[in-house]
Amino acid sequence: MKYLLLIYADERAYEAMTDDERHEMYAAYEELMRDLSTKGLSIAGEELAPTSTATTVQVRNGERLVTDGPYAETKEQLGGYFLIDVDDLDAAIDIAARIPSVHAGSIEVRPLADG
Amino acid sequence: MRTVGEVVDRAYRDDTGRAVATLIRVTHDFDLAEEAWQEACEQALRTWPQRGVPRDPTAWLFTSARNRAIDRLRRERIGREKTAAALQIAELEAMGDDMHEIPDDRLRLLFTCCHPSLALDARIALTLRTVAGLTTKEIARAFLVPEPTLGQRLTRAKRKIRDAGIPYRVPPREALPDRLDGVRAVVYLVFNEGYEATEGELIRTDLCAEAIRLARMLDHLIPDEPESRGLLALLLLQHARRAARTDAAGDLVTLEDQDRSRWDHELIDEGLALVDASPGAGPYGLQAAIAACHDRAPRPEDTDWAQIASLYDELERVRPSPVVALNRAVAVAMADGPDAGLRLLDPLAVDLDRYHHFHAARADLLRRAGRGPEAATAYDRALALVGNDAERRYLERRRTAVAD
Repeated sequence: MKYLLLIYADERAYEAMTDDERHEMYAAYEELMRDLSTKGLSIAGEELAPTSTATTVQVRNGERLVTDGPYAETKEQLGGYFLIDVDDLDAAIDIAARIPSVHAGSIEVRPLADG
Repeated sequence: MRTVGEVVDRAYRDDTGRAVATLIRVTHDFDLAEEAWQEACEQALRTWPQRGVPRDPTAWLFTSARNRAIDRLRRERIGREKTAAALQIAELEAMGDDMHEIPDDRLRLLFTCCHPSLALDARIALTLRTVAGLTTKEIARAFLVPEPTLGQRLTRAKRKIRDAGIPYRVPPREALPDRLDGVRAVVYLVFNEGYEATEGELIRTDLCAEAIRLARMLDHLIPDEPESRGLLALLLLQHARRAARTDAAGDLVTLEDQDRSRWDHELIDEGLALVDASPGAGPYGLQAAIAACHDRAPRPEDTDWAQIASLYDELERVRPSPVVALNRAVAVAMADGPDAGLRLLDPLAVDLDRYHHFHAARADLLRRAGRGPEAATAYDRALALVGNDAERRYLERRRTAVAD
């Protein structure tokens, strides 16, 4: 089954990191991605630019509404994702628990509708 | 000679979990499995009165349920589903008439129903429905929710199992301790729901009995797990006191005032044997050991409060919580006097100010210490927070007694 792992973390905590801490985190991410792709479990995975770069678009009654900022203001922000293909939810949860941001942030595990 | 109805009822109670668990493993379909089993039992009720009860009723019911599952797979699976269904039919057919003898699948079912990605109320409802075989109506009544609400809860849970890919298997060794804890928590919640109903009638025995059945099943399916054994012992030792916990008017009777001749000594003996054979060091084992101290005492004054206080001390170490600290304070008060208890109790107000048991316990210790007016104030606070009618009447009586 395919699952999208949505990585939520506090951007301000990320901004407050020292270079060393940041370096360490990216190294951990790279190691995880290497492991997943070696095992053929990963389909895609990317980091997003911060929510300060976000634009939200709606069309209502044929009119386009474009606003600055993310769709919802939350304490933790969507900062990246993995798209994985594994046997079941438990396997997806195991991978989610290995994502470096899981320690300070939260990972939402969502199956794709057409598994 | 048992009637057909009794034989089918008995088989339904004893075999639902196993039959449904195996059918789900093969078909991955909770509804199909439950309905096939249900229909097999209904068919038995219709045909056995004329044809007589088969020599092995369980084997007959399993075979009949299996045949119904095969029929439905043939009829209902269309298009792309046909390939998977063909494999499932082959697997069911290969069981022949021996489905009742294949290894127990109830553990997978239990772990799936208690999966942490399901909402807690869904876990409880699903476990009672599929593992214990209670009807939707029975579960709805036990949890005081409308039947359609409970039905939706079950439907949503089954849909999530399918759509989110919740696996149907016993978790691997490294995940087992955590997941087992989750299963035990569900069983314990079922028991507590029956033991301490938040409103209306105080004890809903059926849920307690179901929880004991589930605890027994868990202890049987994964033997030598001290905490599962501790949970079973704990439930037996608490349930043993059910007849003495309320008086004729339905009012709560405290442990101290209970008529101990009304305790169920068969359950106590079974519980004590479990505690003595494998004294547990985990939260359930320790709580069972505490319950054992109470159940062992022929009279309240024979209770070994020093031992209870030390067990609560240990419990606070392995699973710290303000409620455990509260119980420890009460045990210390019983062992060393109310003042010693009050000294431990007072700092807990920060966490427990909204908890009626805290104020009731404090009131009781103040009363024992001869501080009547302060006790009355504490009873008032407990009364303002209590939700259960029987407990309210009990607190009102106590309040009146200290005011005099």
